[in-house]
Amino acid sequence: MSDHKTMTINLVVWRQKNANDPGKFENYTVKGITEHHSFLEMLDVLNEDLIKTGKLPVSFDHDCREGICGMCSQVVNGAPHGGQERTTVCQLHMRNFHDGDTIYIEPWRATAFPIVSDLVVDRTALDTIIQAGGYVSCHTGGIADGNAILIPKPAADEAMDAAECIGCGACVAGCPNSAAMLFTGAKVSQLALLPQGKAEAKARVKNMVEAMKECGFGNCTNHYECQASCPKGINVKFIARMNREYIKAQF
Amino acid sequence: MILDGKCPTGPIEQTWDKHRFDLKLVNPANKRKYNVIVVGTGLAGGAAAASLGELGYNVQAFCYQDSPRRAHSIAAQGGINAAKNYPNDGDSIYRLFYDTIKGGDFRAREADVWRLAQVSNNIIDQCVAQGVPFARDYAGYLDNRSFGGAQVSRTFFARGQTGQQLLLGAYSALSRQIKAGTVKMYNRREMLDLVVVDGVAKGITCRNLVTGEIESYAADAVCLCTGGYVNVFYLSTNAMGCSVTANWKAAKKGAYFANPCYTQIHPTCIPQAGDYQSKLTLMSESLRNDGRCWVPKKKEDCGKHPSEIPDADRDYYLERKYPSFGNLAPRDIASRAAKEQCDDGRGVGPGGRGVYLDFGDSIKRLGADTIKERYGNLFEMYEKITDENGYKRPMRMYPAPHYSMGGLWVDYNLMSNIPGLFVLGEANFSVHGANRLGASALMQGLADGYFVIPYTIGGYLATVKPYGTATDHAEFKKSAEDVAAEQNKLLSINGKKTVFEFMRELGGLMWENCGMARSKESLEENLKKIPALREEFWQNVKVTGSGAEFNQQLENAGRTADFLEFGELLCRDALHREESCGGHFRVEHQYDDGEAMRNDADFCYVGAWEYKGNDKEPELHKEPLKFDNVHLAVRSYK
Amino acid sequence: MFSTSIGRKIVMAVTGCCMLLFAIVHLLGNSSIFAGAVGLNSYAQHLHSLPLPIIMAFRAVMLGLFLVHVLYGIQLTIENRTATPTSYAVKVSRKTTFASENMIWTGLLLGAFIVYHLLHFTFRVTPGLTLVNDAAGHFNVFAMVASSFSSFAGAGLYAAAMVVLFLHLYHGIQSFFQTMGWNCDCIQPKITTAGMLVALVLLLGYVSIPLSIFFGILKG
Repeated sequence: MSDHKTMTINLVVWRQKNANDPGKFENYTVKGITEHHSFLEMLDVLNEDLIKTGKLPVSFDHDCREGICGMCSQVVNGAPHGGQERTTVCQLHMRNFHDGDTIYIEPWRATAFPIVSDLVVDRTALDTIIQAGGYVSCHTGGIADGNAILIPKPAADEAMDAAECIGCGACVAGCPNSAAMLFTGAKVSQLALLPQGKAEAKARVKNMVEAMKECGFGNCTNHYECQASCPKGINVKFIARMNREYIKAQF
Repeated sequence: MILDGKCPTGPIEQTWDKHRFDLKLVNPANKRKYNVIVVGTGLAGGAAAASLGELGYNVQAFCYQDSPRRAHSIAAQGGINAAKNYPNDGDSIYRLFYDTIKGGDFRAREADVWRLAQVSNNIIDQCVAQGVPFARDYAGYLDNRSFGGAQVSRTFFARGQTGQQLLLGAYSALSRQIKAGTVKMYNRREMLDLVVVDGVAKGITCRNLVTGEIESYAADAVCLCTGGYVNVFYLSTNAMGCSVTANWKAAKKGAYFANPCYTQIHPTCIPQAGDYQSKLTLMSESLRNDGRCWVPKKKEDCGKHPSEIPDADRDYYLERKYPSFGNLAPRDIASRAAKEQCDDGRGVGPGGRGVYLDFGDSIKRLGADTIKERYGNLFEMYEKITDENGYKRPMRMYPAPHYSMGGLWVDYNLMSNIPGLFVLGEANFSVHGANRLGASALMQGLADGYFVIPYTIGGYLATVKPYGTATDHAEFKKSAEDVAAEQNKLLSINGKKTVFEFMRELGGLMWENCGMARSKESLEENLKKIPALREEFWQNVKVTGSGAEFNQQLENAGRTADFLEFGELLCRDALHREESCGGHFRVEHQYDDGEAMRNDADFCYVGAWEYKGNDKEPELHKEPLKFDNVHLAVRSYK
Repeated sequence: MFSTSIGRKIVMAVTGCCMLLFAIVHLLGNSSIFAGAVGLNSYAQHLHSLPLPIIMAFRAVMLGLFLVHVLYGIQLTIENRTATPTSYAVKVSRKTTFASENMIWTGLLLGAFIVYHLLHFTFRVTPGLTLVNDAAGHFNVFAMVASSFSSFAGAGLYAAAMVVLFLHLYHGIQSFFQTMGWNCDCIQPKITTAGMLVALVLLLGYVSIPLSIFFGILKG
């Protein structure tokens, strides 16, 4: 399985010192990349080179490097997370590229996600949406037994499908309108599908939809680019469900 | 000094209830006059901040990530234990208590573990109420699976993303409190010092990771929920940002560090592929429910495709060695067994560092669809990383550092020896002893955050006057200056080696000499080499950029500097503990069949170390462990 | 409701749907032209014989729907552009189609076309129209239409506008179901196909009129 061919990759990377800097693309070449390098390990190699020559390494968000924390956020050759199905950029491997390839790396671009540094953006807007109602208002303690509420397996499974969202923001980055409908729709749907979430369903969907607008996200025009961008493959049916919940909440 | 864990006495079933009654209360109207700092927003921190906010305290919560939802609790896959006994298979609070004590190789406090088992059931109820989509059966009831180290099915799960779902539950509770204004959230802040005023913890010093500013925050109590330290091995299953920094800074301010040598090596991780590798990926222990571990019986078969090796030539070593637990043997035992096979020259994959985890039989028995439903995301993850299909070819696995049972010393109230400093979750040492059972970390984090700290912190705060949030005391100023000075020092060295290079070197020393097997010689070698490496670090590290901007190198440099100090303590603890127990295996102390030999006569205590300076030996304090409810026995899973 | 993202989207969906229904009925009525001059003229005469208040009320409602649809469309698009200040240097689209991306432009072109169409055939103020009465003394709608579509420019303009309508509806119809929440992953591909077919029927139906006149298939 291990073949020792190595690749040389040309990178065109967005460099921006901070939110006020206009930013520009820089060209780099990295050598000695194997097919088993992950994409971020390839950037580690680049950064080690940059540091040794006294330059500033490329800032990029990453943490768990196993595709679950949602921290990593790069648009690779025009596709959030590199465009492999159900794959975060930290799980993207260099075996998907060829020797001599040129790769463009850009940050998430959306008004709601101001750039912090290079490829790092500020995604607190997503937290703000959750704070507007993405929870069940239960107090700690004094709760009935977990089996007191029966939840049909299909409902529990579908809620889990929605709950898989890792909050990375790729849906916003991929959306031509920078809408956060898939992110918000997934949370609204998860809680609307479960009996526990039904009591607050109306207020929740209204408040979360309002928060989306206040945070500066765009409006959905049903391109479904979000689903294609989502590293967890969250389905746009959850946007439809949110729309349905929203209509229900008017009456 | 002999430490007192302040455990309640009397019949163990009543200890927690009695203790709760004995704790002082803070009047509801007075709660808002108290400020509490919570550092870290994982299961323990998120749950603590949310619960304390709900009670009416003013909470300030901090995390180094861009959102509180990203803490590494999110990566836990398999599940969370609770003594619900829903499957009617003989579980009880006592059995969970007993399994945890035994799984920890009799190195944990009885009262703490009992409390954990007792509140485990409340956790499930709480999470269900929050909307955590636990797996259900067709009748709509909660589903359970079995897990390593237990013979009952007590593990609740949400596909292979239980940690994520529980963390998002805590995050949602936290979000609700942020909205309500009881919790103020500080993202992208790294705690770089604990501020101690007149011997009492009164605040923290942070770096704002976006602007680089050094900030001070004051409060009446500080809760460290800052996770574990196995990134000291460089390659581990922890997130890249996990570090010992917050705990180590507290230790340098006088908090005792307990049992640092108890580190858990998880048996099923994807083997390392090359030197450039930045982290290891864990595959849930639940895989061992249906997967069988084997290596070839003959060394010459190791290079063959696994399908060419007939069943008769396969050594199902766990089933052979531990017939009653088989593939579900606890983690420390399964890891060591894997290492033994590889050391024997029968490992598979690159460098012979791997064993097979084979689903062939289960797929035949249950069908590929069932296996896919149970573990689909794990197979997907395996294929992404290795480019191999786990349904068709057995997965390759190798142990990797995963969890630290050791941590800051705390008493029964989760308060360290510094008054006002509380330590929760993986960051403390309290319940897992020398080895943690699967699906128990999530349980502990949430137990501490939801159901322990809300009571015990009140007991402390009722005894102190509100301090306010002013940071004008000289200690705050001094702390901020010290932190700034260290940052400037790191930036000014301008040497030749990068932070990663030092971290890789330290990790190599730790893994080779203080990993799955430790000896007097290897540990003494580390005690020489680590200080030398530390010296070199402070003369030859290269950090570019400045402190007044977003600078990830500087963050890593600070964390590495702390690991270089802490690694030495870990080895020192391992050297002093002349026994093998749980995750700590000293080659000098083993039975003829290679099983760990514990020494209860001399080492049945918690070893808590007091920092005395880098050039001085730390002082060891002991807390003797008493077992009134379980019989101290040789731990056997045969 | 009318200030939020989803609320305005629902208004867009409902007004769009009403106009789609009108387009279908309009096509059904116009197809009377295939019954020759008598067919179309008697259909027109029938419409004009309806009571004036009903005609005016209908026109007012249609105008309202049109204005709301257009104004919200423009407003939402401006917001969407504001939400995406910088575009990517490289951009791949995996689901986005030409139709979905250009809704604002197909919409504005259709708006302009509708204005022209009204000035042309309803208010009859555009130059070069054949305005005559038929044998019975009623206005000869067929002659007006036929003369307009006999030129390449006239027929071509209408045919082109119908292609734009097709693009708009191709995205718009399935989008309606998604916005109204009447969608799930199993029926979504079917809705998309069905929407495309409806749009195609409208395209073929509408285009057949100017083309059949231009090519002389349809004569008074």
